[in-house]
Amino acid sequence: MANWWSQPEWSPYWAGAGIGVLSWLAFLFSDKALGCSTPFARGSGLVERLFRGRAVLDKPYYQAHPPALTWDTMLIIGVLLGAFASAWLSGAFELRWVPEVWRGAAGSSPWVRAIAALAGGIAMGFGARWADGCTSGHGISGTLQLAVSGWLAVVCFFVGGIATAMVIFHVLLPVAR
Amino acid sequence: MPGLNALHQRKGAQRLIGLLLGFAFGFLLHKGGVTRYDRLIGQLLLKDFTVVKVMLTAVIVGMVGVYLLRDAGLARLHPKSGSLGATAVGGLIFGVGFGLLGYCPGTLVGALGEGWLDALVGGAGILIGAGLFAARYPRLREGILKRGDFGALTLPEWLKVNAWVVIVPMALLLAALLYGLERAGL
Repeated sequence: MANWWSQPEWSPYWAGAGIGVLSWLAFLFSDKALGCSTPFARGSGLVERLFRGRAVLDKPYYQAHPPALTWDTMLIIGVLLGAFASAWLSGAFELRWVPEVWRGAAGSSPWVRAIAALAGGIAMGFGARWADGCTSGHGISGTLQLAVSGWLAVVCFFVGGIATAMVIFHVLLPVAR
Repeated sequence: MPGLNALHQRKGAQRLIGLLLGFAFGFLLHKGGVTRYDRLIGQLLLKDFTVVKVMLTAVIVGMVGVYLLRDAGLARLHPKSGSLGATAVGGLIFGVGFGLLGYCPGTLVGALGEGWLDALVGGAGILIGAGLFAARYPRLREGILKRGDFGALTLPEWLKVNAWVVIVPMALLLAALLYGLERAGL
């Protein structure tokens, strides 16, 4: 058993099946679907409030998604702790900046990687709120409920993602180097 | 189920359940290998199909179980409403971010748990992006987000058939897709 917990990776099918079972538990015990992007909207409201005071909370979007320690926020805190526990058990926890595939194409500068990550994050945060969900909320929870919004969203996520990744790795980075 | 309904209303218990489910979710994302940039970008470059394997297995297992729970009266579905202007356009913007960042919001938090600092910067970007959206929201709400509205529709409702008429072929189709990936050595 100990060996099992410390394995660096499990079969993607076991991990996926486990996530499917978690979705049952979320519906059963919490009357909710798993999702990961709403807490970022709550978090952004919290950050904005630090700089601009309580008036921020009057914005219509934060009225609908108030910055609070709700179920979805606890879920994302749990994701952080769970991934840390798994990484720690398998000896994979390590502070680092530049993933291997990125380094191979763009070099080992943490600055270049950080700028791409920041720009990508801004587009992702904007798009996730625009589409009202992310790869978890639409991509897994929406599709498993057979929601039209979930299937449409996941197709668009991957069409946009594949096109962007192909352009970056096959056009922009080879030209830049 | 009155017992379950009472549990759904208990805020403290719900926070604990959220934390525990999140812990298991993060653990499984990491063990599934999908908190790693190299695997996520490998999927978008169509070289590594781990992400699709994890997602489709979760969808098959989740779909059958959640619909069984619903039929047993133990769960209610919560399909999100959507529109072409919101879901498709927002989805494509998200996709551009996905290709640049190489994490999605959930796997990013998992990557952070594994010590990836580029994920921390990406997370700051997501907060900024969400804040920019909140500022634009009042105008978008009356405009593009309403275009081509289809509401909180599910595929069986759209096709006007019993849910299992969609679930069974869908589960078989997704399983066949996974089988095909393995056969192709991907």
